[in-house]
Parts: sequence; C-alpha cells; structure tokens
Amino acid sequence: MNAASNASPVYQASPGLWTLAWRRLIADRVAMVSMAVVGAFLLLTLASGTGLIAENWNDEIAVGYAPPSIFGKPDISGRTKMSKHDDGAAVNAYPGTVKDPLAEDIAELKATLGGGTSASPSANTALDTKDDIDLGDGLKVVDPIGPEMAEILATTRMSTEQSRAESLLFGADKWGHDVIKKVIKGSETSIFVGFAAALVATLIGTLLGAVSGYYGGWIDDLLNWFYSIFTAIPYLLLILAIAAVLNQKGVMTIVLILGLTGWTGIYRLVRAEYIKHSTREYVQAADAIGASNARRMFVHIFPNVSHISLVQLSVHTVGFIKSEVILSFLGFGVPVDKVSWGSMLGEAQNELILGYWWQLAAATIAMAILVTAFSMFTDALRDALDPKIK
Amino acid sequence: MNSTPLLSVRDLRVNFRMDKHTNFEALKGVSFDIPREQTVALVGESGSGKSVSSLAIMGLLPKENATVDPRSQVLYGGRDLLRLSGDEMRQLRGKEISMIFQDPMSSLNPVLSIGNQLNEILMLHMGLSARQAQERSIALLEEVGLPEPSRRINRYPFELSGGQQQRVMIAMAMACEPKLLIADEPTTALDVTIQKQIIELVDALRRKHGMAVLWISHDLAVVGEIADRVIVMRHGEIREEGTTRQIFESAKDRYTQALIQCRPPLDHRPLRLAVIDDFMADGTIMDSSKEEAVRGLSPNDEIVLEVKGLNKEFVSREGLFGKRVLRAVKDVSFTLPRGKTVGLVGESGSGKTTVGLTIMRLHEASSGEVLFMGQDLLKMSKKEQMPFKRRIQIIFQNPYASLNPRFVVGDILMEPMRIHGIGANDAEREKLARQLLERVGMPATSFGKYPHEFSGGQRQRVAVARALSMKPDVLICDESVSALDVSVQAQVLNMLQDLQEEFQMSYIFISHDLAVVKYISDEVIVMNQGEVVEIADSDEIYRNPQHAYTKKLLGSIPRGWHAH
Repeated sequence: MNAASNASPVYQASPGLWTLAWRRLIADRVAMVSMAVVGAFLLLTLASGTGLIAENWNDEIAVGYAPPSIFGKPDISGRTKMSKHDDGAAVNAYPGTVKDPLAEDIAELKATLGGGTSASPSANTALDTKDDIDLGDGLKVVDPIGPEMAEILATTRMSTEQSRAESLLFGADKWGHDVIKKVIKGSETSIFVGFAAALVATLIGTLLGAVSGYYGGWIDDLLNWFYSIFTAIPYLLLILAIAAVLNQKGVMTIVLILGLTGWTGIYRLVRAEYIKHSTREYVQAADAIGASNARRMFVHIFPNVSHISLVQLSVHTVGFIKSEVILSFLGFGVPVDKVSWGSMLGEAQNELILGYWWQLAAATIAMAILVTAFSMFTDALRDALDPKIK
Repeated sequence: MNSTPLLSVRDLRVNFRMDKHTNFEALKGVSFDIPREQTVALVGESGSGKSVSSLAIMGLLPKENATVDPRSQVLYGGRDLLRLSGDEMRQLRGKEISMIFQDPMSSLNPVLSIGNQLNEILMLHMGLSARQAQERSIALLEEVGLPEPSRRINRYPFELSGGQQQRVMIAMAMACEPKLLIADEPTTALDVTIQKQIIELVDALRRKHGMAVLWISHDLAVVGEIADRVIVMRHGEIREEGTTRQIFESAKDRYTQALIQCRPPLDHRPLRLAVIDDFMADGTIMDSSKEEAVRGLSPNDEIVLEVKGLNKEFVSREGLFGKRVLRAVKDVSFTLPRGKTVGLVGESGSGKTTVGLTIMRLHEASSGEVLFMGQDLLKMSKKEQMPFKRRIQIIFQNPYASLNPRFVVGDILMEPMRIHGIGANDAEREKLARQLLERVGMPATSFGKYPHEFSGGQRQRVAVARALSMKPDVLICDESVSALDVSVQAQVLNMLQDLQEEFQMSYIFISHDLAVVKYISDEVIVMNQGEVVEIADSDEIYRNPQHAYTKKLLGSIPRGWHAH
C-alpha cells in the first residue's frame, strides 16, 4: 500500500535510522527508566573516576566490620579490633559511654566553694580537670582520679573515627573501609572493565566478521577455523592461559582477557549479516559505480548492520560486568590495591560465615540493579533499532 | 440455472491503522457481484485495494490493524461472511471458497512433501482415509497437469519449478471442489509460457467443475484472456465495471482507457507511451502518442560495445571432490551501436541477467571478450578498468534493493561523482546532483530524503539519475521496469527514451516482457538456457520469428481481448 506514504507531505531533510530509533526509544517508558538508571551509574563512575567522590575509599575510618547503621544503632560490643591508628589498643567501650564518675561531684564542689572568688569555670565541664581551685591556706579541691580519667577520655577521643561507624549506612569491611565508598569505587572498575572489554570484543568481532562474510572463500575458511579453535577451548582455561601469557595483574589485563575471548559470538552474527548483504543489489550497484572493497564493506554495508554491533556491544557489556565479577571472585581479577564488585564478593566469601553480610549485599544489590537496567535497556534498544522483530 | 450471484459484495469499506494517528482507507465502499460459473477479474495497480477485497472475502484481513465497516456485507449463500465466527469461516474456507497466491514457494510448507500437504486438506475437509486421500491427491495432480504425479507426490516444494509449484497450489485449492476460486496474481511470478499454461488450466478447471473464479491482476492483457467480467479499481474505489468486451472496446472511464493505453502495443510503436496523467488531467491525449517512432539498426552505426564468445560457468562443489558446472552463458556474441538499444529477452534461467553482469564484470566471465571501443574490458586489471567503469552502468530490477537504505538521495547521487572525481568539490557535485534530480523528474526536496520514502517508480528514477551522474556510454537496464506498475512503467520508459536521445546512450535492455522489449529495442536477442537462439531487427523478429523457441515465446504473450 504505497498510497498512504505517497500522500505524506514533503520535508526538506528526513530523519535517518538513528533519529527514528531515538524517537522510538524515548517513547518507550521501560527504556527511559532503565536508561536513567544506567545513566546514574555512569555518572557515579565518572565522578569516582575523576576523584570527585569515593577517592578516599581506602581510608580505614571505622572499626572493622562496623555493621550498617541503616538498620538502627548498631551493637558494637564484642568488636575488639580497631583501626590501626590506635595501635591496636583495646577499648571495650564505645565513645560516649565513658564517663568520669566524679565529675559531677567535683563540679558541684567547685561551684559551692569557689563561688564568686574567681572566674568560675563551667560547672558542667567534666573534662575541666587541670585547674584545681585554690581555696587558699594550701587547701585545694583535687580530683583524685583526674589524670587517669583525662588519659582515658583522650584515648576515646582519639578514636572519634570510630564514632563515625554509626553513620556508615552500609557498615564497614574487615579493615574499616566504608562499604558504600567501596561499592562506588568497585562499580567504577566493573563498569569500566565491562565497557572496555565489550568495545574490544565488538571491534574484533565486527572487523573479522565483516572481512570473513564479505570476502568469503579461503579468508572465510581461515577465520572460521580460527573461530572454531577459539570456541573449542574451555572458557576458563582460555582465560587462564591468556592471563598467564600477559603475566601481570591489572584492570587492562582483564579488559584484554575478556575482549580477546568474547568476540566469537559477535563474529558469527556480523559474518552472517555480511554474507547476506554482500550479495544485495545495492552492494552490486556500489561495485558498478566503482566503489572499492573497503568502501563497500564499511561505507555501504556497515551502516546497514551497525545496529547489530551496537546491540551486541550492549549485551556484552552486561555479560562482561558479570564475567569480571566471576574472575575477581576466583582471584584472577583486579589487583589487591583496586576494588571491584568481584573482589568484594570474594572477600565476602569468608565474612559470610561470621555473619558479616553487608559487603556481599551491597555489591550484589548494586550489580543486580545495573545489570537488570542494562539488560532492559538492551532489549529496548534492539526493539528501537529493528521494530520489525519486536 | 440460478440467476442470483454466487457472491455479492456490498459497500465494502476497510480501514487500516498505520500508526497512532494515521488511518489508511484501503476500500472506500466497493460493491460487486460474482456470478455463478463465471470469471470476474479485479484489475488495478498497487494500492488499488484489489488484494484487500479478496482477503476481506476470505476473512483473512490482519485483525490487529484492519477494521471492516459495520455497513459492509459479503453475501454468500444467504449468509454474510463478515459476520461469521472464526470456526464457521474455517469450515467455508478451502471447502467452498479457496485461494491461490502469487508466490507458490512461500505458500507451500517447505518441510512437508506436496503429497502430505494435499492429503492433509482432503482428510480434514472431506473426511477421507489416508489411502483414499493419497489416491485422490494423485488424481488431482494429474488433473492440474503435473507430469508423473504418482512419482512427484513425494517430492518437496523446492524440487519443483515455479510453474509446477503453482500447479500444486491449484490442486490444493481444487481439492474440495470449491464453488469459488480466488486467484491473487497467480501468474505474476511466472514466465510467459508458463503463465499461458496456468491461465488455460484455470479456465479448463472452471468449465469442468462449474465454479466461479475471482482473478486478481495488475495486467489487463492477462485479464482480457480469461475474464468474463472486469472490474477496474483505483485507490480503493471501483472506476469501471463491465463485460470484458465493454472494457476493452468501449471503456468509458479515463483511468481504464489509460491502463489499456499505457502498455506498449505490439502492433505499432508510438513515439511516446501514454501515461495516466494524460488521461486524468484534461482529457486531451497528446498527439505524440499517435506518432510512430522508427527503430532499427543501420549499417553505418558506430559500434560502442562488442561482445565476443562470452561464456560464464558457475561451479558448485558437491560432496568432497565432486563438482557441478552450470553453464549459465554459452558463447554469446553481439554488437551494440551508439545510441541504439539491444533487447535481451528470455525466460528465467536463460542467462540474460548473467550476460549483463558479466559485461560489467560484476561476475567474472569464464571466457570471451567484451570490447568497449576496441579495448577488452575482461583482460584489464581492476585498476586499469576503473576509468571504464563509469562508462558502462547498470539499473537493476528492484529499486527497493538497489539503493542503499542508509543513504539519502543526495549521497546516492554524489558518491559516484566523488569516486570518479566528477565535479571540483562537493558544492559543485551537489549542484550537479540537483540538476540530475530535476532531469529525471524528481522534486528538489528529494535530495535530503531516504529511498524508503519514495514509491517504486520514483526510486527507479533515482537509480537512473545515479547512473547518469557518471555520464555512461552504455546503460544496462536489467528488468528495470518489470517491478513497476503499468502506468509508472510507461513514464520510466518514456524517460529512458528521452535520455537516450539527449545523451546518445546505448542501452542493453534485459527483460522477460516481450512487449516492452519490442517497444524500446532496435535489435532483439532471444536467449534460451544460456544460448542465443535468434538475433534480429526488433520489428522483424515479431513479424517473422525464425526459431521455434521465439515462436513459442511470442505465442504466449497475453494479447488481451483481441485474441479471442
């Protein structure tokens, strides 16, 4: 039925594929919500990457395993280990619970005896132990436990960081790191690894798929052979092998490992599309006007298959975020001075037996939200780019 | 005989919801009758609503976006088919009313043998046992003229030719001896010789079984061969209805007249084909359509292209060491003079398209020479050939496929200029591109639009403009007008003729449509199974064909009413 489209009014410039896809995406409520969530995560990553937030995640600001305060005032008794600023001094009390038992009496004494004679210090100041009031005739009001008390109070004051454990919404880890900051820093690593690795994999897969599908013949045979070998090796074994070859731990190593092993699915998809498109008439027409092979492959065919690469990029980002978690969990992941969701889960492995569940919960919740939102966004993206297969 | 019609369509209105805001009125109140034991033809161009009418009768309109007006009625045997439940309609479909479609390959299930598919219908609707069904199926296949039916019944659809597949479809439609057979463009995808056989088959079956046929087609000539009554539709309305004689001999409606005139006639050659606008605008048909054009070669013509002993073999691997060689083009030789047209006709599989692609080196030839102004294109390296590439251009059959859907028209036109360094800079190229658009009759606004926003005819104009941007000496038109509506076909043919005169281009015009080839060509080459069977002056070959195959081909051309 062409009649309907013929009747449409004439516009100067027409929206292209991407504009139309964007319009469909905006009209999709699920897409918008998931996009907002993913966007929030990206902003967080950016902020932490540039050092705006969570830069000092490595500071040990609380007692080890300070529980999350989000569920009410925590009971910290029994936690013996303090942060190392206190040289391991054992303090069984909690700030605010230490009280000078004589303070009130002494203050009262001072008030009644020294009233009017000298500038009376604040009666309520329990810490006001140094200036004993001289009553004349060698008589002094002396706080008998003053010096000891001052020492004790000073110790508790030194660990005011400890008091901040109360304000740690999600508690602290073994070393007293704030779990929220750790999750934020960890999402920076995980999201970067996910994106970068997906980019590497998509690039390799698309390029090889394009060459293979477009040229066919022995080039296709060779690449297919290469592909088959790659997919024949068990995934983890392959990852270990590459890790051994690269021989250094680091974020870029993980990116390379995941990127170099993850291109195979994209390769098959892109190759199939190129096989289909390379015999299409518009490509023949491009040949007829004298367009070179590279031009036909990338200027003519690529815009017609690029949506597949984009969707694959999105799918693989989710996949690689999960893969990174698994790798770090297994200990092949990020180095110790870095934190990722995977390394957090790895630590949580031992903590969970002791009942310290918050690190596990925080990392899992953050990952679950991002991965779900990203997957939904990927679906919406595919629908928007190819409304026919919906 | 019962004088009430078998089926009456009354005030049929169908609306399609395109998206949230736009509705498309596919049928705007259509009424017609199908008398018993007669053939009624619905004729119209794409978008006329002829197929929608048949789908509405069958109750096969897509439910999610089609709505039938409550006033509409389709009366059959005292019942209104539009009000029947899904179950009642299923009872009727196949048993009393059945349908055959344009593309038999996509209508048959590829993973079931044809026997399976036939037996299923017989067992379902007629309650036959498996054995009875098998016997009946063989009888049916015999009736529709499938050779060796008892052997072929176990074949799969892809093992049969297009014509044989359509015969199987007809057998399936006939299985329950329906009272009404709806045939939706059943011969459009077939070669002329097969088309003729199918038309004859359907007519014979109609007589034998006393059924009525609703024949849907875009081709008036085909309709003239088979129909008792003709209904001409346009834009969802009936323009004219009458007996076939009335329609062909004294059409009253201007659109009907235009449809008859737009087809290139076989007996003479007007300077310019009539187009629908001539008829619809003010009714004064341009005089030029009465003037005769002269076609034919003269010995002093300068030869632009010479093809010598061209061979093309396709080798397919079979098994581990086996090879199968298909000789698509066998020893083809011809010459192409400047400013003239050589027509290449043949049925599917004749190798005519391969000849065109091999000349352009879109396929590499197996052997032979293609001399362009004396230089052999086939022996050149890709680099040496580059300057020659722009001088031979091609326009493909399907304008929906030959334009890159991600390029706007401006880029489509400017790309070849960039590649071949035509025009000093992009600004100049844009100017040239806009001139080309104007030359092929496209509005200037189309520069920034994508191909999907245009109709088939407009897209083919863009494809022509792209070829023209390189100022070629030779233009290969590979079925370039075959996919277009008759009226649009006439416009594009007129334009091609004008351009040939203006730029002195030589055309190789490849088509299965003998009438079109006769009209536009100076010389005609008839191909069959990769071989040239006859080369002659175009008037001569139609007047006095020499080869048996040519005679058969010409005998199959539907000639409309006059042939009766």
